[in-house]
Amino acid sequence: MRVSYRKNLVSTEKLLLAVSIPLAVLLLFPLGYLVIRASEVDSQAAANYLLRGSTLRIIGRSLLLVFSVSLTACLIGIPAAWLTTRTTLKGRDWWAVVLTLPLVIPSYVGAFALIGAFGPRGIFQGWLETLFGIERLPSIYGFWGAWFSVTLFSYPYVFLSVRAGLRGIDPALEEASRTLGKSALETLWRITLPQLRPFISAGVLLVALYTLSDFGAVAMMQYNVFTRAIYLQLGVNLNFAALLSLVLVVFTVLLMLFSIWMEGRGQYYTEHVHRKIRLIPLGHWQVAAQLYCIFIFGIALVGPMSVIAYWLYNGYVVQGEELHNILRPLQSSIRVAALAAGACGISAIPLVFLQVRYPRFFNQWITRSAYLGYALPGVVVALALVFVGARYFSTTLYQTLPMLIFAYVIRFLPQALGPTRASLMQVSPQIEECGLTLGKSRRKVFWGITLPLMRPGWVAGMALVFLTTLKELPLTLLLAPIGYDTLAVRIWSATAESFYARAAAPALVMVIISALSLVFVLDGDDRR
Amino acid sequence: MRLSRFAVLFAILASSLAALAPMTGAQGTTLTIYSGRNEELVGPIIDQFEKDTGINVEVRYDNTTTLALALVEEGKNTPADIFFAQDAGALGLLEKNNLLLELPSYILESVEPRFHSQDGFWVGITGRARVVTYNTDNVSPEALPESLLGFADPTWKGRIGFAPTNASFHAHLTALRVELGDEAMQAFVQALVDNEAVPYEGNSAAVAAVAAGEVDVALVNHYYMFGLLKENPDAPLANYYFPGDDVGNLINIAGAAILNSSDNVPLAQQFIAYMLSRTAQQYFSDSTFEYPLLIGFEADPRLVPLAEIQTPEVDLTDLDDLETTLALLDEVINQ
Repeated sequence: MRVSYRKNLVSTEKLLLAVSIPLAVLLLFPLGYLVIRASEVDSQAAANYLLRGSTLRIIGRSLLLVFSVSLTACLIGIPAAWLTTRTTLKGRDWWAVVLTLPLVIPSYVGAFALIGAFGPRGIFQGWLETLFGIERLPSIYGFWGAWFSVTLFSYPYVFLSVRAGLRGIDPALEEASRTLGKSALETLWRITLPQLRPFISAGVLLVALYTLSDFGAVAMMQYNVFTRAIYLQLGVNLNFAALLSLVLVVFTVLLMLFSIWMEGRGQYYTEHVHRKIRLIPLGHWQVAAQLYCIFIFGIALVGPMSVIAYWLYNGYVVQGEELHNILRPLQSSIRVAALAAGACGISAIPLVFLQVRYPRFFNQWITRSAYLGYALPGVVVALALVFVGARYFSTTLYQTLPMLIFAYVIRFLPQALGPTRASLMQVSPQIEECGLTLGKSRRKVFWGITLPLMRPGWVAGMALVFLTTLKELPLTLLLAPIGYDTLAVRIWSATAESFYARAAAPALVMVIISALSLVFVLDGDDRR
Repeated sequence: MRLSRFAVLFAILASSLAALAPMTGAQGTTLTIYSGRNEELVGPIIDQFEKDTGINVEVRYDNTTTLALALVEEGKNTPADIFFAQDAGALGLLEKNNLLLELPSYILESVEPRFHSQDGFWVGITGRARVVTYNTDNVSPEALPESLLGFADPTWKGRIGFAPTNASFHAHLTALRVELGDEAMQAFVQALVDNEAVPYEGNSAAVAAVAAGEVDVALVNHYYMFGLLKENPDAPLANYYFPGDDVGNLINIAGAAILNSSDNVPLAQQFIAYMLSRTAQQYFSDSTFEYPLLIGFEADPRLVPLAEIQTPEVDLTDLDDLETTLALLDEVINQ
């Protein structure tokens, strides 16, 4: 029995490799393109370019931003996740949805709103002027503005990931700690947080790579980091832009190594059947907890939404503009986002199984190679696919929906990988083995045991891809079938020429569908 | 409950998959345009062209630079017949890569020679003047300098807004280099930095900052002010042109070209000719406040007429050496 079971395992690994290796090769397309382009720069010029002062300053700034954003994203995301899963916080389900929503606000809209509110002569300054006669606020542009806005629109990656973790932890461990006389706080620090390490590290990795690849917010805030430098260089010399992108790839690898170190080695599953979690009563902390949530909600969501509402009001009520029909872009957005989420969800499963169940060095890095596409600026990935597409698939796949979806997978798969992987780590292989020894087929064990158990992370991962695809721009613009219009394209097209009123309706609709899809995902999980 | 949620999820996925069925695009009579000009601006006139000619047009919109790069990468396999660009530099890039087809002389001759490529590979459709947009509450026009270089004066400390990453700004600096030399250009940017000029992401943001009183003046294109006045008619804004043929008065173009891989050349020529027709030129004048370039066609009365703006003796085709400009700019700005 045992022998045949081992044999079974080996063939599973081979099967997983047979799917994963070709997938990883496809995902590394953009890297190949960058190497081809960058190799056209002669090595002396390359060294001069990379080692000159301004390039080094860009690197320094990018690292500073990545570090500070990751830290603050944890400070916001982890407590919020704990409050909404483990305590008697009033309106937990509502807060879970609302605190995830800043994720769907395109960073160019969000940063614009922040400048409107906190700029040197913004709304906030207006209040201060009436109250205290303050005529000018210190400049929001530069590091502070970039840090503030990137944090606000990326902390939900940590929030969602940690929530998935908190729901999957066996409460028996925490209960044991409490029965042994440890305080709630000590239990949190010594038992819960260490158990959350893979989830925190998955979330932080997403935040860090998002920070590296985001363009909208840093551009708006005039903070000169990698993406901005790459965009500028693109207009001048594509080969140097590719070279800079390769440096970004190196940093991605370093960040992944850091995340592996942060995660540590540990077993994150127990052998018990999970019981229902007993919620920690907040008592008189309820008010403080509510204020905390309201504060984040106010800055990250109400602020940008008010700006959108103002655009809408000013455009349609004050100036009497006609409402444009956005039904088609709405359908297109939902279609591509759902397809991207599904494709990423499906691709994530073999990669994650390979990485978690057969964690050899080689297997681990096959899965990790998928992260490269996520750290590159969208336009770089888009140009790589234009290069390949126009050259080899110009009459078949180029500028069709399947190719667009493939592009989204390259770019956003890590969002599905992180939480899915963390959830699978909570599933004990012994439970699966039980199923196998009881004579169930591998397929039945997967569908009946493993998948249902790892579902919170898997669904959360797909939700992330869905939400991110909704606001995606550079890939959609270059690779979608011609004339294909999404909500994000509408918003971009209108804001680029300052037609804010016309951007308002699609922006609002985008936030609403995102909210609905989140209710669907989060509510479904909470009822388990 | 759980199962049904899953069922709904998969139903959505499955129905989306149905949409993957191959798209059947019309062949032959469809004209494909890559437009670096925004849909909000050119969409209506392209619709009008379709209606007037019965020609079916498909447009891919993106940033001018990105599309130019994509066209270079696509090479002969591009589905595009026409490139409609926001600035002369991107058109120059395609010309250098031998991707363009020479335009017929009847098209080229409808604009002044300074507004088309010397070798006839692209033509300007509309003109965009560099100006100083200023806040009328905080600055009187008499206080503005007689030359762009006057903004190097310390009295302008903290009062200037500009868009250091914007293509129009780069083109303007290149003109400055061509006219006065590399050192003069770098000294000017250094003066802006010393004067703590405030960088903004694009011309719109800079003009909005002038309107809000964050800064007093901005170095931008002439039409952004009109865009803002449309949303907020009471904003205290005005445009300033320098007297004489100062280097501050550059006029750049938005223009179009035909890809030499196009198999729709007659239709493509018809399109460009249409964009230079009175109908289209009137449309641009009314809705984008750009300068119509069709010879003999008057600009909006609120604009200083094209003929009255003395531009420096700079050939737009000389503005393609962005690399040197950006390298020089980088040394000063990016510290």
